Amino acid sequence: MKRENFTLAGAIHLQGLQRRFGTRTVLDGLNLDIAQGEFVAIVGRSGCGKSTLLRLLAGLDAPDGGRLQQPAGQTVRVMFQDARLLPWKTVLDNVALGLAGADARQRARDALAEVGLADRAGEWPVRLSGGQRQRVALARALVHQPQLLLLDEPLGALDALTRLEMQALIERLWLAHAPTTVLVTHDVSEAVALADRVVLVEEGRVALDVRIDLPRPRQHGDTRFVAFEQHILQRVLQGPAYTGQLPAEPVQPYRFNQLNWAL
Amino acid sequence: MSQSFLQRHAARVIPWLVPAALLLAWQVASSLGWLNHRVLPAPSEVLAAAWRLTVSGELFTHLYSSFWRAASGFAIGAGLGLLLGLIAGLSRLGEAVFDTTLQMLRNIPPLAILPLVILWFGIDETAKVFLVAFGTLFPVYLNTYHGIRSLDPALLEMARSYGVTGQALFRQVVLPGALPSILVGVRYALGIAWIILIVAETLAASSGIGYLAANAREFLQTEIVVLSILLYALLGKAVDVAARLLERRWLQWHPSYLKA
Repeated sequence: MKRENFTLAGAIHLQGLQRRFGTRTVLDGLNLDIAQGEFVAIVGRSGCGKSTLLRLLAGLDAPDGGRLQQPAGQTVRVMFQDARLLPWKTVLDNVALGLAGADARQRARDALAEVGLADRAGEWPVRLSGGQRQRVALARALVHQPQLLLLDEPLGALDALTRLEMQALIERLWLAHAPTTVLVTHDVSEAVALADRVVLVEEGRVALDVRIDLPRPRQHGDTRFVAFEQHILQRVLQGPAYTGQLPAEPVQPYRFNQLNWAL
Repeated sequence: MSQSFLQRHAARVIPWLVPAALLLAWQVASSLGWLNHRVLPAPSEVLAAAWRLTVSGELFTHLYSSFWRAASGFAIGAGLGLLLGLIAGLSRLGEAVFDTTLQMLRNIPPLAILPLVILWFGIDETAKVFLVAFGTLFPVYLNTYHGIRSLDPALLEMARSYGVTGQALFRQVVLPGALPSILVGVRYALGIAWIILIVAETLAASSGIGYLAANAREFLQTEIVVLSILLYALLGKAVDVAARLLERRWLQWHPSYLKA
């Protein structure tokens, strides 16, 4: 399998993608197209192949078959579940990792400011909380201005409140920088909150592909939000037997739910 | 006021009470003639001997000899150990070529080859430097090799995916990641260097602290023998403190060295 250059601007095409580990087939003919600048969330049960898919997109692993077309020469950056900061570099030097040029440190400083950690630049990573480490990791990924940003369950180890804060931060920075973004998560609510599309991977294939057309920023209690969340969750839980349909968008002069929420 | 003053200083004073009392008892016992000079000289005699040898310059000649042997032997042994450890740690071929040989050689106690070394080099400087180098090579080699091989593969993968490869990867990830382990090897090697040097100088030398002690024994100058022992202890302590300062400086980021 070779990585092919693709001329249509920025899109990613996966066709019949295969990946086996020994006798176990993890990705079994997976098809997926991702448009430039799109935010796609990939959900699924543990072991469904979603992390393998992300590693293939990152070039950390190679497929056994099928086609993986990505724009030539694009910058890809991964944010891992464990922040993977180098403990022997200061926060600032971690963000500047792999940056070249005289303004590298200044760019790193600006990226740190964007995630609200400018004042921790000289600190050692062991001194930071889990949420702060992930913010540093996010700054380190974004400072390279990647065309493709891959998030591998980056919020999996954080507490609920920090998760919500991080989701808001990721959304804000995604809107500001507009990289094509693929988020792997097992949290359906997180996927609905952040993504333009939620893709369910099951037994190595795409089993469900839902476009989330809610306006941003999204409210977790919104009826449409809950409908999306329930629809995807039920499909995950019940498997192919699930026949439920997504309710059509209700016509509303204003949004009751947001009003209720405010009260 | 006075109570808090006592409390503040008690913690510092108490650990020294027992050594001070022992020293005093030793001096008193010697002065009263309870302790035979041949068994143990009085602390004042040891102090007098130290003064005498300092004035005559002998003390520094011997200190310098010993220190120079330890330093050059350590530099050669640890340097070679570091180099071989890096080669074996970084390349599978290097590991295949060197590791088995070094693992076999490391089981030889350095002092076991002393007779052979005397036959080869006589009792001159080369013999001592060779022995110290032989003894310090293995701890540094093993810990360097182990430090590189136990690097977190997740960090290496991250660094590579962030475009850090080749020399930059070595400088920014591999070496700092292996450094805690390397420094453990260095401190262990420093301890070994002194032990080897003491034995080698006592058995076969014409200068150095060990020679000073062996020579004094011939003439029943117990105060100089005791002085030599103290000098070894002081030198060993000084080197250990230096190594610790180095660790504190280079491993600032490490959880064990973070200032609270």
